[in-house]
Amino acid sequence: MSRFRVLFKSTAVRLSALYILLFAICAATLVFYVTAMSERLLTGQIRDAVRQEVEQVQRAYDTGGMNLLLRTMERRARQPGANLYIIAGPSGDILAGNVASVQPGVFEEIGWTSAPFIYQRYTDSGIERRHKAIANIFVLDNGLRILIGRDLGDPERFRLLVRQALMVALAIMGLGAIIIWFAIGRNALKRIDRMSDASKKIMAGDLSQRLPVGGSGDEFDRLSMSLNTMLERIEKLNEGLRQVSDNIAHDLKTPLTRLRNKAADALDISDGETRRTALEGIISESDQLIRTFNALLMISRVEAGSVAAEMSPVELSAIVSDSAELYEPAAEEAGLDLSSSIEPDVEVQGNRELIGQAIFNLLDNAIKYSSDTEGAGKVSLKLSRRPDGICLSVADHGPGVPADRRDDVVKRFVRLDESRSKPGTGLGLSLVEAVMELHNGRLELSDTDPDKPEQRGLTVSMIFPAKAA
Amino acid sequence: MSAAPQENALSLAETQPVGNVGRMKILIIEDDLEAAVYLTKAFREAGIVADHASDGESGLFMGSENTYDVIVIDRMLPRRDGLSVISELRRKAIHTPVLILSALGQVDDRVTGLRAGGDDYLPKPYAFSELLARVEVLGRRKGTPDQDVVYRVGDLELDRLSHEVRRSGKEILLQPREFRLLEYLMKNAGQVVTRTMLLENVWDYHFDPQTNVIDVHVSRLRSKIEKDYNQPLLKTIRGAGYMIKDEG
Repeated sequence: MSRFRVLFKSTAVRLSALYILLFAICAATLVFYVTAMSERLLTGQIRDAVRQEVEQVQRAYDTGGMNLLLRTMERRARQPGANLYIIAGPSGDILAGNVASVQPGVFEEIGWTSAPFIYQRYTDSGIERRHKAIANIFVLDNGLRILIGRDLGDPERFRLLVRQALMVALAIMGLGAIIIWFAIGRNALKRIDRMSDASKKIMAGDLSQRLPVGGSGDEFDRLSMSLNTMLERIEKLNEGLRQVSDNIAHDLKTPLTRLRNKAADALDISDGETRRTALEGIISESDQLIRTFNALLMISRVEAGSVAAEMSPVELSAIVSDSAELYEPAAEEAGLDLSSSIEPDVEVQGNRELIGQAIFNLLDNAIKYSSDTEGAGKVSLKLSRRPDGICLSVADHGPGVPADRRDDVVKRFVRLDESRSKPGTGLGLSLVEAVMELHNGRLELSDTDPDKPEQRGLTVSMIFPAKAA
Repeated sequence: MSAAPQENALSLAETQPVGNVGRMKILIIEDDLEAAVYLTKAFREAGIVADHASDGESGLFMGSENTYDVIVIDRMLPRRDGLSVISELRRKAIHTPVLILSALGQVDDRVTGLRAGGDDYLPKPYAFSELLARVEVLGRRKGTPDQDVVYRVGDLELDRLSHEVRRSGKEILLQPREFRLLEYLMKNAGQVVTRTMLLENVWDYHFDPQTNVIDVHVSRLRSKIEKDYNQPLLKTIRGAGYMIKDEG
């Protein structure tokens, strides 16, 4: 019976059981109502018929006296399916009629009997079983009592019949419901089993698996489809993660190897001063590695969105002017002029630290990649309100990034400079992008001077959504 | 490593004056034994006595029973987490400066850490030079409440109220940011301050400047305060940061 228990755990089955119960209650009420109503109607008709007969018999007595009354009643009593006719003495003893006996006390009332009474009638096989009837009793002027009644067998039978018919119908419906219920439940169970089979495969590591979609577009299909979309996203993220870890392995192996070699070399150095220099080199190499790790951790935290809680209104103008002030000497030392154009009082909902770090990264890049370029001259930092949002851009006049590589440079560890001659982690723009994503903004890369293919420069724009006023 | 320090601590605690006189004494609460052994040794080499506790409860006990100049605490500890150790210490009115080490480097973690009563926050992984510099600054801070109006290093004077800087009585004009840079360096005269500490305290951004931005500011400042004088004051400590000091 455990299968039944499992079945009953299904929501669909539980719901249909509840519906069946409600339906049964309604149906039972209906049965009783219908039978009661029809019984009342029939009884009413019976009373009418009896009343008419009473009038006729009374009229016969009035015109023809006892003789005509007896004849009339005799004739009527012989008809098939006849009514009940009794002539009784004043004390209630039956003198004549087509009834063998009646429930005692019936003749004590005059007029309609207050309730159905029981009587026995004559049949060919002696005395028949008991019947129920209602009757009207009236008294003749000679003291005799006349009872004219009608058997209640018809309405009673009718009531039983209706009730039976309804019961049968209910039983059929209930049976049907149970069958459907089992079928639905089984079907639901089967589909859920199929879904959990697929999920097990996915859990086992096969992310290319998808949940079955039946094609009917029902709720199971919709669930499967949204789970499948989720799986696609997970698979993509997983793929990205794998790529990143490949890159990490690759990009961290190189400096680690270098570090190891430097340490090995330092072991062989006997001269104190040279040895010290070598060791300092090792330390700065390790620091670079630590920076890389920090940057990676930072990006993944920003991407995970866990800093989102720390968002507050920040004055972007102030951050930008801080950055300009912080980088101005560094730019100058690199032979560049850092100019800034900052619209005042620009505020965004965000995280000051992260936005600051993003701007610093962009300025670092701009200075790093344009300082070697002849005539690069200047780096411009600009904050302005635009119709599509708030734009913060850093423009340099260095070699720039070809249009087809722009998506790549944002990726982790991607650096156009294959020789890696410039210091850097290859993570700067990745962090900027993650920061922009966190702020519901976007990152745009474009040429500073599109008409100078050799030295087109790079403009990186951080577009923040316009703050709802 | 974990049993011995307690006696050690008691013997030293009562006799050593706190502050910049004598050796600094710190407590490291860190459950990673290897890291703790390394830190203890590295601090000893830097002239700092370091005790070690390997879980929150014993760290809290040692921190409350002994007098330390600085407590270095890991955030995630067995038996009692780092933040709760700090709050408990503060509740007991123990105001030893606390530096929190944490693998949780998020911006808001720093805020929660400082709110719990920590005095400084260093995300892992960190360079030891960074930790050392911060511990030394924290240890020094304890002894000298920051009440001086005028900072002096050799013949260099910085007046925090009038914002005037003089060397040998001659006024040196500084940009506001250069003034704050010099103020921070002089406040911690004789201590190594790292680039990260400068970015934190002068610019109020909390991360590791990856390039030479800070160095350029420092060398500008240096040229202003040292240009016409023979005696260098502002030194670059290789692999660590900067220090302002009068070598006499």
